[in-house]
Amino acid sequence: MSTASIAVPVAAPAAPVTPRAVRAATSEPPWVRRTLIVVAFAFLTLFLFVPLAAVFWEALRKGWQVYLAAIVEPDALSAVRLTLVAAAISVPLNLVFGFAAAWAIAKFDFRGKNLLLTLIDLPFSVSPVIAGLIYVLVFGLQGWLGETLRDHDVKIIFAVPGIVLATVFITFPFIARELIPLMQAQGTEQEEAARVLGASGWQILRRVTLPNVKWALLYGVILCNARAMGEFGAVSVVSGHIRGQTNTMPLHIEILYNEYQFAAAFAVASLLALLALVTLGIKTWIEHRAAHAHQDLHEGQS
Amino acid sequence: MFLSRTLLRRHSVLPGFDLALGFALLYLGFIVLIPLSAAFLKTATMTWPAFWDAVAAPRVMASYRLTFGASLAAALLNAVFGLVVAWVLVRYDFPAKRIVDALVDLPFALPTAVAGIALTALYAGNGWIGQWLPFKVSFTPLGVFVALTFIGLPFVVRTLQPVLEDLQRELEEVAATLGATRAQTFARVVFPILTPALLTGFALAFARALGEYGSVIFIAGNMPMVSEITPLLIITKLEQYDVTGATAIAVVMLVASFAMLLAINLLQAWARKRQGR
Repeated sequence: MSTASIAVPVAAPAAPVTPRAVRAATSEPPWVRRTLIVVAFAFLTLFLFVPLAAVFWEALRKGWQVYLAAIVEPDALSAVRLTLVAAAISVPLNLVFGFAAAWAIAKFDFRGKNLLLTLIDLPFSVSPVIAGLIYVLVFGLQGWLGETLRDHDVKIIFAVPGIVLATVFITFPFIARELIPLMQAQGTEQEEAARVLGASGWQILRRVTLPNVKWALLYGVILCNARAMGEFGAVSVVSGHIRGQTNTMPLHIEILYNEYQFAAAFAVASLLALLALVTLGIKTWIEHRAAHAHQDLHEGQS
Repeated sequence: MFLSRTLLRRHSVLPGFDLALGFALLYLGFIVLIPLSAAFLKTATMTWPAFWDAVAAPRVMASYRLTFGASLAAALLNAVFGLVVAWVLVRYDFPAKRIVDALVDLPFALPTAVAGIALTALYAGNGWIGQWLPFKVSFTPLGVFVALTFIGLPFVVRTLQPVLEDLQRELEEVAATLGATRAQTFARVVFPILTPALLTGFALAFARALGEYGSVIFIAGNMPMVSEITPLLIITKLEQYDVTGATAIAVVMLVASFAMLLAINLLQAWARKRQGR
């Protein structure tokens, strides 16, 4: 097994021991490595790569014409529009919340901080279906505000506002969660220095804090957006599934699928799969950048 | 000013505490806390026997068994293979490693409905994978397990990776110098260090699987008593205008999720202590 690594110093006695030979004691025999890599690949192929490939394969199986027809169909376009609207409202709302929460938590020391941190994570542990249900309990016909809303002719459940609310709930923690640990790690020194030098709150925000957190912010925004556009369970409960009106893309996929229009369902699904791939691409790029920025910082300090 | 006077522990020269915390609390209250409390308050209006009838009916009990059982099995499978994947990604070099690493997050980014129809097509009797299997997967409880495995896949890998990266190689070198075989070093040095993170990842995958809906309903077949998950039952009750019954089941699921949240927090605290941070 380690004949190759031993052979190196023997063949060239004067050469220094290569790092590979030194490491041999803390690494596995080649056959173990190869087996583990094969096992990992087999698992990922079965559960990740093949399902991903299947989406595009099924979408294009009947040809480009069927694919394009499914996407430019009016109901599909209306679903795309509603999905974009829901994301365009919920992402900025959660961005403002995430920043406000992170500012309070990271820059100040106050009672109840840990409780607040736990509460922010709460929506992650609530089933999407229950997220939809609780809004039905508040705004539905039999709900707390049901009669008042009906008297004033305001529709929230089975209408666009309900879809937006459910999406906001589901994506609630994403941006806060990226910002809080980073802003905590960055501390308050830079902001305090700016303050002492006479900067106003907005100036500190724009010139000091935001530039420091821009990558984490972007990271949170793209994850939040991906989830907002793809949310199914919560939206399904509050939408009412009215074609052309309250159907988002995931709900449209469900309807097409249940009507056995598989090619069309997968065509719309492939758009969301593309969105997921683009999201992962940007995410990896930001991580790459952040790692380099981190390295530069450390090299600069030493 | 009220917030800063009552809550702030230490004075700060930085502005905006009242505004930021005030807005955060207001938003949290209106979006999360008040609606969530509606579920509990609605259930509080039920009598005990009515509540018990709603949450312990045979069809509901069957759905708990399936939901918890399949979630547990999927989280276990993910714990085993997640460990292998994390190990391979951190320790070994192979072609396209960065792409594989990025794709591990796919279940986070791919909408659940898309995952659901893709898995159903694959595991159906004439699907790419289904046609090679001697037993049925789509439209059986096994399908639920497959969908939940997909959903939970990133959790174990992503909680283990940072711990593996921080692992001090010196510990393994010491073990090797003291005569331990590679297997002994792994079992008695590396694995104990990974345990808290592994359990955390397992618990995260399990908690996520409990509430999962979108990816499951396509592949499950949704037969009452056989392949019907609890979140689907909540929706079914809602569609039958049994809002109270739906809410009662939701409260049971919420209590289970909050218990998981607590367990995860404790596990993470343990993991941090173990890592000496």
